[in-house]
Amino acid sequence: MTALHELPIEEASRLLATRKLSSRELVEAALARIEATEAKVGSFLTVTADLARAQAAEADARLASGDATPLTGVPIGLKDIFVTRGVTTTCASKILEGFVPTFDGTVVERLRRAGAVLVGKLNMDEFAMGSSCENSGLAATRNPWKLSRVPGGSSGGSASSVAARQVAGSFGTDTGGSIRLPASYCGVTGIKPTYGRVSRFGVIAFASSLDQVGPLATSARGAALLLQAVAGKDPRDSTSIDAPVPDYLSSMTPRLDGMTLGVPREYMIGGLDPGVDAAVRAALDRLKELGARLVDVSLPHTEYAVATYYIVATAEASSNLGRYDGVRYGLRRGEENGVREMYGRTRDAGFGAEVKRRIMLGTYVLSAGYYEAYYSKAMRVRTLIRRDFEQAFRSCDAIVAPTSPDTAFEIGSRTDDPLKMYLSDILTIAAPLAGLPAMSSPCGFDEAGMPVGLQLIGRPLDEAVLFRIAAAYEDSTDWHRRVPELRA
Amino acid sequence: MAIREDEVRRVATLARLHLTDEETRALTSDLGRILDYVDKLAELDTSAVEPTSHVVAVEAHFRDDAISTEDGAATAEKAVANAPRRDGHFFAVPPIIE
Repeated sequence: MTALHELPIEEASRLLATRKLSSRELVEAALARIEATEAKVGSFLTVTADLARAQAAEADARLASGDATPLTGVPIGLKDIFVTRGVTTTCASKILEGFVPTFDGTVVERLRRAGAVLVGKLNMDEFAMGSSCENSGLAATRNPWKLSRVPGGSSGGSASSVAARQVAGSFGTDTGGSIRLPASYCGVTGIKPTYGRVSRFGVIAFASSLDQVGPLATSARGAALLLQAVAGKDPRDSTSIDAPVPDYLSSMTPRLDGMTLGVPREYMIGGLDPGVDAAVRAALDRLKELGARLVDVSLPHTEYAVATYYIVATAEASSNLGRYDGVRYGLRRGEENGVREMYGRTRDAGFGAEVKRRIMLGTYVLSAGYYEAYYSKAMRVRTLIRRDFEQAFRSCDAIVAPTSPDTAFEIGSRTDDPLKMYLSDILTIAAPLAGLPAMSSPCGFDEAGMPVGLQLIGRPLDEAVLFRIAAAYEDSTDWHRRVPELRA
Repeated sequence: MAIREDEVRRVATLARLHLTDEETRALTSDLGRILDYVDKLAELDTSAVEPTSHVVAVEAHFRDDAISTEDGAATAEKAVANAPRRDGHFFAVPPIIE
């Protein structure tokens, strides 16, 4: 029998529903696993053991009364960007150290209502700005497949906790790749839904025209159950879309006959690690064996996506992060020298180097004399990037590509070159600019034993097709079942 | 260099960041390199292209102007619960007008 902490969500859910397993047992197994592995991996900023035990008891009562959902009693972790009532929420920033929210965001509220059990808050790049999790202002997280390597970012703890089987599922956020890149680097499934699919009320804002919430899990079905519980319109987020949420599990099929998948030539040429190239090509062959037809598509403005993103995202961030001024919550410094000095010193002491870099870049591209050349220009190129996808989706149902040109890199190897770090996102960054749903699914390992991710990009609101492809692919492989040994 | 040190200082003032000299020097170099890279967008002719500010049409939502009584709704006490310095139900800050 599989160890309890290795059960994927859909299996745990079935055992809970049939009363073969209690939430108490499942949650104790998760807490024991965290206890045994956390010193090596470092996924969590806060472990909420007492809350988890109380929620597990409530879940067991619900399961006994028959009033349960598929997530009732299932332990999960949340990126520390989700505002949680009574549980410290920091966004991995010194400026929010010790901040205890007085309310739950919509995702958290929906998860609590579904009966999911919160075991803790997960590490991340500060304010979700980064591709490696090394920009956390509070803690270091390591890749469970090789502890000297980064887990990817910004949702690094969300991916490492799932890979290390501390939890079978978690939530992160993705602005330019922050769910898919760490999912790829840690060998787990992660999906960034369509912009607006999930409410962002109570999710700390980074870049508001891009940010989206999504799940990470040890299986496509597990990720589908998590998204199912939180997706849908929320009157408290005016950008959330009022569209029905289909039943993801029932749309899955063992084969992919009749489906056309587009392979963008700009994502497959040059610069791919040989291990990534080989794993992704083998995955494409497998998708063909499952009945899918592969066609070439072109996304000609791909090479402009990173530049566009770093203008749009930093501009929005410079505005969103204006609220951290030492007045209403969080850190305060320098108040003895007047209010101007207080703002400046609070922000200098509270923000890390990458956050300051992005606030500076964003303030610059929005400032008088530069707005047209940078921000306005980037918004126009964003239109061209959207049109590329619209054109490509005329000839395919979904796009398949690598998630990243490489696998997880050594900790510290890119920290003194911000631009090189930005280019880690080169294959994930276009989908959010177009607002499209995109997923990373484990598709093999490179010669160093590091996981490779297969990226799937869908039409707006067509998360179901991504889950369908990922589930059929998973059922014909065992990459997602492999568990890392947490070796140095 | 795409950006000068005095421009970085001016932007830092706009962004309310009290940077050290060392941070200012490092940012001048980093921002210069990043701006050189993003200048790549100038290769594209976008004169006839509409800007995308949002990928979905966002409509204004209206709700009743009523005090929420739901669990978790804000109260004056909750609003100031995380204040670095407070005076009753007020946020206390240094004098703004002499």
